[in-house]
Amino acid sequence: MVSAPAHPPLSVERCATGIEGLDNILDGGIPRGNTVLVSGSCGTGKTTLSLEFLVRGAMAGERSLFLSVTEASPKILQNLSTFEFFDPKVMADHHLTFLDVPVLYDKLGLQREELSSEDIDLLVGSIVKLASELKVQRLVLDSITSVCYRVRQDEKIRDLILKLGKGLSDIDCTSILVSEIGPQENRYSLYGVEEAIADGVLLLGNVQRRGDLLRTLKVIKMRGTTHSRAQYVLDLTPLGILLAPYLKGGRSWEGT
Amino acid sequence: MAETLTTAEVAERLRALPEGSAVAFKLGGAEYADNYLQALAAVLRDFASEVQGYTIYVSVTNPSTLVNSLLSSLDIPPERVFFVDAISHIMMSNSSRLPNASYVESPTMLENIMLRVEYFLKKTDAPRKIVILDSVNSFAIHNDTSILAEFFHILVNNLKSRGITTVILAVAEDTSLELDNILSLVCDDTLRLGNPAPVPGSRS
Repeated sequence: MVSAPAHPPLSVERCATGIEGLDNILDGGIPRGNTVLVSGSCGTGKTTLSLEFLVRGAMAGERSLFLSVTEASPKILQNLSTFEFFDPKVMADHHLTFLDVPVLYDKLGLQREELSSEDIDLLVGSIVKLASELKVQRLVLDSITSVCYRVRQDEKIRDLILKLGKGLSDIDCTSILVSEIGPQENRYSLYGVEEAIADGVLLLGNVQRRGDLLRTLKVIKMRGTTHSRAQYVLDLTPLGILLAPYLKGGRSWEGT
Repeated sequence: MAETLTTAEVAERLRALPEGSAVAFKLGGAEYADNYLQALAAVLRDFASEVQGYTIYVSVTNPSTLVNSLLSSLDIPPERVFFVDAISHIMMSNSSRLPNASYVESPTMLENIMLRVEYFLKKTDAPRKIVILDSVNSFAIHNDTSILAEFFHILVNNLKSRGITTVILAVAEDTSLELDNILSLVCDDTLRLGNPAPVPGSRS
């Protein structure tokens, strides 16, 4: 017989994503302060999932910041209108803020095609300072791949994500870094180092079954919590993201 | 063994079931169209209306526009019915879309059908909800039995655990032993409407 431990394990505070199915899979949500890589090819729902994470947080009273690298904020904002639960008031009262990273580059004078180590420190320092000043508890960087495109060297990318993750974690900010990968790639990021540094990896994909393309989600890793390792089918609805178990049917139909 | 019942008896039996029950509803092949209309009347008009329930109708046999017009002819209030239509798209139908319907591209996208049911369940806060799956035979035309068994097992048990009544329509004579086994596994009761179709060549 195994006796109960003298001290039960400390429960880690959660940052509930607000996406019901995902919070169930993560045993309550993302451990607060974690940096999570959301990876997937185009059209798999990375930006929608990230936006819902921020909107749900903002609606619950947490300050949320969306850093857009590739698309201008007004275009991203159009996606919010598809959420039935979105209340524009969260933007008016600054619980949800959007910032275009190219504007930040300009402000910091980061015009070189390839960022140096000093540039990276300046960029990370500015993001963490901004998050701290705005008292941000949830942050999304869409995408880390586009930032890394200007860093290029593996050790610098590692340094960037480590410093960014630590800086945000120190202020109890839970963050999502969007990672773009091509379809049918057997990896989680373009440079291969992002997933090793991040605390968690959510992999979004498309699975083909009998000619139908199904959007899927898997939690590859999440430090600080137990989590499901099963595959789920995802649907983007006006009520937000919904998840259902991927049906296997006793035989394998799929080819990714 | 399924009992053969009248429309009124079916509605009465549904009312007597505890919340969260799953019922297989076998329609006799003889005068199928009449039996189908009787089934709609029993479930959606006599039962659902009385308990002030909202119905989510998963349509794989007929396009939702057709089912909707049948419901109108039976004086069933459309505002209490939502459709998950998994057949119109694959039929390349040009018919107008219903505002109370969500369209799934193919009856093989079973997870998406589950998710659209979930979407409508979340959309309404009515205390009583009923999900109709029409029909196990049409699902079987498009899906392998093993994945269908998994689909019904997960969906129906999920609905049961939330106190939602599930009605699964089946054409009695076209239901194979494998499909019958699925229905037996997930359903608490089997009701029968109408008589079986005559066997070709046999004397009545």
